[in-house]
Amino acid sequence: MITDVHSFSIQNEGILGVRAINRNRRGLSGSWALPKTSELEGFRILSPGMALGGNSDWFIRPPMNSTKDLQVEIKAEDLTALMEAVAAHKDKSSFARLFNYFAPKVRAYMLRLGADAGAADDLVQDVMLTVWRRAPQFDPAKAGVGTWIFTIARNRRIDVIRKERRPEIDPNDPALVANDAPSADAALQQKRDQSSVRAAISELPEAQAQILRLAFFEDLSHGEIANELDLPLGTIKSRIRLATEKLRTKLSEIG
Amino acid sequence: MAKFHPEPEMLMEYAAGSASEPISLVIATHVAVCPECRSRVAEYEELGGALLEDIGDGDVDQRVFDKVFSQLDAATPEICEPAAQPTEEEADLRIPNPLRSYLGRPLEDLAWKKKGPVEEFEFLTDCPGVTTRLLKIKSGKAMPRHTHEGMELTLVLAGGFTDQGLHFGRGDIEVADTQTDHAPVADEREDCYCLAVNDKRLRLTGPLSRFVNPFIRL
Repeated sequence: MITDVHSFSIQNEGILGVRAINRNRRGLSGSWALPKTSELEGFRILSPGMALGGNSDWFIRPPMNSTKDLQVEIKAEDLTALMEAVAAHKDKSSFARLFNYFAPKVRAYMLRLGADAGAADDLVQDVMLTVWRRAPQFDPAKAGVGTWIFTIARNRRIDVIRKERRPEIDPNDPALVANDAPSADAALQQKRDQSSVRAAISELPEAQAQILRLAFFEDLSHGEIANELDLPLGTIKSRIRLATEKLRTKLSEIG
Repeated sequence: MAKFHPEPEMLMEYAAGSASEPISLVIATHVAVCPECRSRVAEYEELGGALLEDIGDGDVDQRVFDKVFSQLDAATPEICEPAAQPTEEEADLRIPNPLRSYLGRPLEDLAWKKKGPVEEFEFLTDCPGVTTRLLKIKSGKAMPRHTHEGMELTLVLAGGFTDQGLHFGRGDIEVADTQTDHAPVADEREDCYCLAVNDKRLRLTGPLSRFVNPFIRL
């Protein structure tokens, strides 16, 4: 929900993204997203030169005394549609929306994992170009857009920063043992969107959510997490098990 | 179908990308022959995706956006054309990928080194503190009694062995640590091939000196 100052970026083909800046909550940082044209109605568009340090950013302001909110949250199903548009006809404006939604998250992920600002920017480029190139391989039946981009970011980081190979299964390998009876769990999992997982995480006790974030964002083994938090490894493991058990219960209720 | 699986935490470390390359290789190769662990890893990746979406937004410099967009037209899409796969007859189906791509040749053609009753082939040698090797135990033979420094994961690729009353077959993972003093005996019927990774830096916890993990649904 954005009510303050916004900017948007104009490229050759029109508006590509709105930088929604909410001074109350985040100071001058903000996220990128693309509102529908109708949502921009009544907003005053300022020319580029007026932006502080603005390059191709254009700033817009809501009408005076307006209570109008700009909805810039992109929903999970929209992400899938955007990915499909990129895969089917290399749609750049859909890709721009995906970029604006995911690039800041990928950058934050790389910074959390110890990359410096320059390396994080390089990895954002690398990951987003990989998303563009591999878009035809995206299969919404297998994973949500967020999950798919997470695996790309994870693998590119291992490759570029750790300079290691990422051993992964090969779905076309004749030696792969197929899942002949897909469990009910797997079917549920396919239909579930990322937002339900996020909602379930938000209901975890903070100590459990914290350990999940450490496990995914600090490049720490569970033993190292135990050292970091000065807790016995057994406590870490039982928190992780409790957290995953709770998530699974929550999601099967929703399913 | 495998009976002994990696601990859920190991699957999570693999999904998160924090496990070392050799440990990841054992996990990924197990996951290739174990659909249950494969769906478990997919669940953990889904968790990773949700955490990524929740990570909070920073700013991305407009120049990064511009750089990416300036390269889109030149970027060749990777169409989903599977790489040429060996036919079932040609492939050494005892070694699933990713392990097969690391070895590059059938088991018989590797440069095995004889060590007592066991032959071994070491690879992935640039990981400090970690030893990655294939083991071949002749049918009916026992490995000499041994203990380990750190933790050892052993994944059975072909044949099987019996250790301290438990039988490990294709796809099974045995986890052993410093306190494990064991002497696995290969099955009578055929030679046993295993992938074994020893990580001196890792320690097991808990009262069990040897940890086996029959599948427990959390």
